[in-house]
Amino acid sequence: MEIKKAILRLSNGVTFEGYSFGADVPVSGEVVFNTAMMGYPESLTDPSYAGQLMTLTYPLVGNYGVPEFSFEPNGLATYMESDRIYARAIICSEYSGEFSHWNGKETLSEWLIREGVPGITGIDTRALTMLLRENGVMLGSIEIEGCAPAPEAQYEDINFVDQVSCKEVIRYNEGPDKKKVILVDCGVKHNIIRCLIRRGVEVIRVPWNYDFNTLESDGLFLSNGPGNPDTCQALAEHIRTYMKTHKPIAGICMGNQMLGKAAGATIYKLPYGHRSHNQPVRMVGTDRCFITSQNHGYAVDAKTLPEGWEPLFVNMNDGSNEGIKHVSEPWFSAQFHPEACSGPVDTEFLFDDFIQLLK
Amino acid sequence: MKLENIHKVLVLGSGALKIGEAGEFDYSGSQALKALHEEGVETILINPNIATVQTSEGVADHIYFLPVTPYFVERLIEKERPDGILLSFGGQTALNCGVALYRSGVLEKYNVQVLGTPVETIINTEDRELFVRQLDQIDVKTIKSEACENIEEARRAAAELGYPVIIRAAYALGGLGSGFCDDEEQLNALAEKAFSFSPQVLVEKSLKGWKEIEYEVVRDRYDNCITVCNMENFDPLGIHTGESIVIAPSQTLTNSEYHKLRALAIRIIRHLGIVGECNVQYAFDPESEDYRVIEVNARLSRSSALASKATGYPLAFVAAKLGLGYGLFELTNSVTKSTSAFFEPALDYVVCKIPRWDLAKFRGVNRELGSSMKSVGEVMAIGRTFEDAIQKGLRMIGQGMHGFTENKELHVEDLDAALKAPTDKRIFAIAQAMYEGYSVERIHELTKIDNWFLQRLEHIIRMDEELKKTGDLKKLGHDLLLRAKQLGFSDFQIARAVGLGKKMPMDEAVVEMRKYRKSLGILPVVKQIDTLAGEFPAQTNYLYLTYSGISNDVHYQGDKKSIIVLGSGAYRIGSSVEFDWCGVQALHTIRNNGYRSVMINYNPETVSTDYDICDRLYFDELTFERVMDIIELENPHGVIVSTGGQIPNNLAVKLDKQRVPILGTTAKSIDNAEDRDKFSAMLDRIGVDQPEWSALTSMDDVEKFVNRVGYPVLVRPSYVLSGAAMNVCSNDEQLHKFLALAANVSKEHPVVISKFMTNTKEVEMDAVARDGEIIAYAISEHVEYAGVHSGDATIMFPAQKLYIETVRRIKRISGQIARELNISGPFNIQYLARENEIKVIECNLRASRSFPFVSKVLKINLIDIATRIMLGLPVEKPHKSLFDFDYVGVKASQFSFNRLQNADPILGVDMASTGEVGCLGEDANCALLKAMLSVGMRIPEKNILFAIGGPKQRAHMLDTIKRLVARGYTIYATGGTSEFLNGLGIPNVRVYKKEHVDEFGQLKQPIVSDLMHQKKIDLFVGIPVDTLADSVHDSYYKMRRTAVDLNIPLITNARLAVAFINAFLDVPLDTLAIKSWDEYK
Repeated sequence: MEIKKAILRLSNGVTFEGYSFGADVPVSGEVVFNTAMMGYPESLTDPSYAGQLMTLTYPLVGNYGVPEFSFEPNGLATYMESDRIYARAIICSEYSGEFSHWNGKETLSEWLIREGVPGITGIDTRALTMLLRENGVMLGSIEIEGCAPAPEAQYEDINFVDQVSCKEVIRYNEGPDKKKVILVDCGVKHNIIRCLIRRGVEVIRVPWNYDFNTLESDGLFLSNGPGNPDTCQALAEHIRTYMKTHKPIAGICMGNQMLGKAAGATIYKLPYGHRSHNQPVRMVGTDRCFITSQNHGYAVDAKTLPEGWEPLFVNMNDGSNEGIKHVSEPWFSAQFHPEACSGPVDTEFLFDDFIQLLK
Repeated sequence: MKLENIHKVLVLGSGALKIGEAGEFDYSGSQALKALHEEGVETILINPNIATVQTSEGVADHIYFLPVTPYFVERLIEKERPDGILLSFGGQTALNCGVALYRSGVLEKYNVQVLGTPVETIINTEDRELFVRQLDQIDVKTIKSEACENIEEARRAAAELGYPVIIRAAYALGGLGSGFCDDEEQLNALAEKAFSFSPQVLVEKSLKGWKEIEYEVVRDRYDNCITVCNMENFDPLGIHTGESIVIAPSQTLTNSEYHKLRALAIRIIRHLGIVGECNVQYAFDPESEDYRVIEVNARLSRSSALASKATGYPLAFVAAKLGLGYGLFELTNSVTKSTSAFFEPALDYVVCKIPRWDLAKFRGVNRELGSSMKSVGEVMAIGRTFEDAIQKGLRMIGQGMHGFTENKELHVEDLDAALKAPTDKRIFAIAQAMYEGYSVERIHELTKIDNWFLQRLEHIIRMDEELKKTGDLKKLGHDLLLRAKQLGFSDFQIARAVGLGKKMPMDEAVVEMRKYRKSLGILPVVKQIDTLAGEFPAQTNYLYLTYSGISNDVHYQGDKKSIIVLGSGAYRIGSSVEFDWCGVQALHTIRNNGYRSVMINYNPETVSTDYDICDRLYFDELTFERVMDIIELENPHGVIVSTGGQIPNNLAVKLDKQRVPILGTTAKSIDNAEDRDKFSAMLDRIGVDQPEWSALTSMDDVEKFVNRVGYPVLVRPSYVLSGAAMNVCSNDEQLHKFLALAANVSKEHPVVISKFMTNTKEVEMDAVARDGEIIAYAISEHVEYAGVHSGDATIMFPAQKLYIETVRRIKRISGQIARELNISGPFNIQYLARENEIKVIECNLRASRSFPFVSKVLKINLIDIATRIMLGLPVEKPHKSLFDFDYVGVKASQFSFNRLQNADPILGVDMASTGEVGCLGEDANCALLKAMLSVGMRIPEKNILFAIGGPKQRAHMLDTIKRLVARGYTIYATGGTSEFLNGLGIPNVRVYKKEHVDEFGQLKQPIVSDLMHQKKIDLFVGIPVDTLADSVHDSYYKMRRTAVDLNIPLITNARLAVAFINAFLDVPLDTLAIKSWDEYK
């Protein structure tokens, strides 16, 4: 195979040269970095990466190949976090063209090409990361030798949630005696659904702007999702209506931001976000600390939480909000990912906490 | 929150360096002491290892150079009355000692609180049966294992589990007394050995071929847990992790696998109740997600030291703080100084650890690697490609290899066998196999090494072939050359691959290659290890170099304020913690005098590679190429080559050629001392006596020379350390055989032959000079006569039994040599002394192994003085005279023969010890007794076996044996020794070898091996007639080996035996003073 040179061009004019190892498709989007050391199949299929060019700081990528992209009878992916790759591109330092794993079916390169997603290797991802750290995330584009120029980059004003959310209601694990949980799909990772199903509840997955108040339910779960939460005003309204039922509500990642918005807090953009498997959070007012998996660029401004609300978790590195709860109502959310996939599984107990509230 | 009742804490050290317990515990102990000090806690350290950094001034408040045994620790506790004790920073030695003190009620009696992990937890992890039971309680799978109390039980268990099985001794260091058995015969042999170390032996089903994965886990008393690092062994299960090439982080695990094992590790640590640090080792099925927990080490370990260096997370430091009661959330990340210590490092590089073996130094040793550790050191290489990391690592181990390829041909006859049965050379057998066309799959079949690693190695071979195809430097394009550099090819490898080495000497080819590469603009960049993969800025300068990058993380100011200290590389026999101490002292002095201290070293077991010991740490190679890269970036004020042992010393001339400013003694002088031909000529010129010598130019000359001086002769190629490639030859055959080998060792320098002196005292001069004038010095004396390598000898300082005239002559000659070589800095001269006749054996213009020992006994830091001199700062001559001392220091050697299956535990000109201790006492006897007890000698209770070769040695020992008899000891003796004693009317019991039969065909009794197996021998004094002969076939070899295998104290030198026996006869144990270093005045 002919190796093509590829260039990552940032909005400030800085360029990084490397080689294409994915689809030869020029793209643009928001350039972000992820410091996780493994889990590229999960990350690539995480809808929260929609519109983003994902830089992996861990240099060696592709070592264990890619598992079969198969689906279970209930429609959930066996190994992946959604139905396709959502990240717009993958940027790494040292792509491993050969892999070794009993569960690997193809190389990362083969998969990227099949899904039409570009990959670029040979990049000084550390230098790139430090640039993003100093300047904040930036728009950028990938140009590939002999291909058309990349489209103009856009990110913040786009409603990515609308692009990735399901288009109709999907029910999982139905049953007459089961508790019913409405899961608002802002770009939900399949493991959130798996975690709920495993706990014996019926999951009713609805599109992000669906008026779920019309449905019968025992609780509401707000999923993760890409982009700027301020583009999802309709959802905030629906949550506010639901609050009047005093039924349990939980949220993850964008779900945390949406619950915060519904409560009346404001959301702001972090300079370069949290995308990693090693984010320390502390449960406010306790000595309990957790290592969490995170993938977000926006955060709830805890100072703007109205009366009755308080922070549930706080980030131990930068002090940013990592979760909120209501003092008397059964409502809480986490900015991090208790469902992991990829990342540490230490906070999966939050699903248990939510299920407990349903009783 | 910190515990309020803890004001004074005792830290147990690990004693002498030995195989399985080495420099990593100097690092962990130093970190713990730093953490305690920071909290205002008064610290007491017990550790006889005088060469360590932790036993240096200011690290602990009170330092005791005493054996880390329950007896001495109890007496120390009685005296110092600490509030708390740390057991997990001194390896298995400290842990075992702590458990014993807990069990005997000493800790309770004196109300000493164990900080960190409770002793009950330690016992639950150390006792295999309890451990399995604990893990069963939380449904965690362990390797099915049966604890057996005797050999019959072991046989039954093995039969039930089905062969192959693995045997381990409980409570043993790094796999001591363990191994694989394919059948009952092997089991019988191994089990007996294991039972000699431990009352409990474990028989387990073998999982050969599974992956081996390790996690370092931390927990605080609030139940918060993190895993700091995971590591994957390149070699599959079956090879002790200390013997494996190890990669961090894991490379072949998916997210699901990684986090499955991580979650299990946390579940385990919570259930066991660890407070501090531990590691969890897994066997992991390469075909599914099935696993078994191999073991949990509830203490700081070799792996935790490696993990600290691999990630930048200071595990020992944090563990000590947690032991004091802090929560992880109360501590700060030591690298960023702003984020929390409760986090898991994200690496943006790959780390490769490779063990360093020295098996060639041992006669008869088994080279096959297995579940017992044999390596004496290790290196850690950092890169942004796996290929780079492993090639760097293979250069770092310092066995003359240039990476994975382009090495001196190492031809293996039976490749399949070499791949199947792992040895210290297997990695190179893989290279050969790849060149011979073996596929990755086939090599995987034979080695069970994961395909991914093999694919990466094949990648290196393919690059090498591409380089070879160019055939000419000028045809080497930018992209190909850059890619080769990214894959870890050194300039040397590339120069050789493109054939440059055929056109000119390799030294020149490397310089030529470097020029060409730079002309294409291909330069390495410097990256920082920052624990968070760039997410937050690092405040420390923990650095490595890579070609996979476009920009430096460090902004060089070109202020000429940097002083680069070259480190000592992998620990090996002859070069270990003592040079780490020297390097660290030099860094201190540099820092304290306003310069920027810069260290280059790559040994993860050291304190010098702790990023806060210097201003910039380059964790990278000490090759000419890499050192030049760093020098060109740093543009330093100067480079120090004299505190890191032989590796930097050997670079001096090459660096000087590139006009690198070398501080202190000039490269030319170093060369004049190192080159034995030049040095010997110089001695003749200045009228200093030396053993008769000759430079080898032709065989005729050799024969003439030998005919004149007679055997034995010492044959030495230039530039050696610790006797490598140096040999004593007793006859023509040995001489011819060795010369054939030696000629290959170094072609650039002539081989020198000298008369080998016996029955002669050896004296050492450690000194520091300025512009050729000696400023400070220490003269010490060997207990053993010449013939025992100075690194193995027992050394007394100040010298106790030298004539004043001898001392005066040594001072005078040393002064002459210092002047002649115009020395500025540290140096060491070794002398032979018979009567008052003095001869120089060798001279090193660098710090020697004994610098920390003499510095600490003298209480004058010779490295500090030397460094000040090299920096051009004023120094004063110390006023202390040799006669000011009311105490004596004795340095004794630690041997690790018990680890080295079949190795002959005999001493000769080749160094064999792996470590040393130094103890202080009111007189020579007291100091010697403490030192000998510190290296594992035990005072015999009743029975001593003597096998003394030769009349001279028997006569030498006669008085001592008489004293033993008078004190009620039973003397056992072999044939000749027994006859000798009988002749003098000294009662003794004659012992026999298995082949001795009486006239009725019955075996004569008692049989020596039976006595040993019945544990009836408390001490074996086995003095060979001729230590120089090929000893493995010596009939006494078996006796010596059996003693070692059965853990019976063994002494093989008559003078040492006399000194030790007289010491314990003269000094009752309970009269030994428990005095700290500062109490000796």
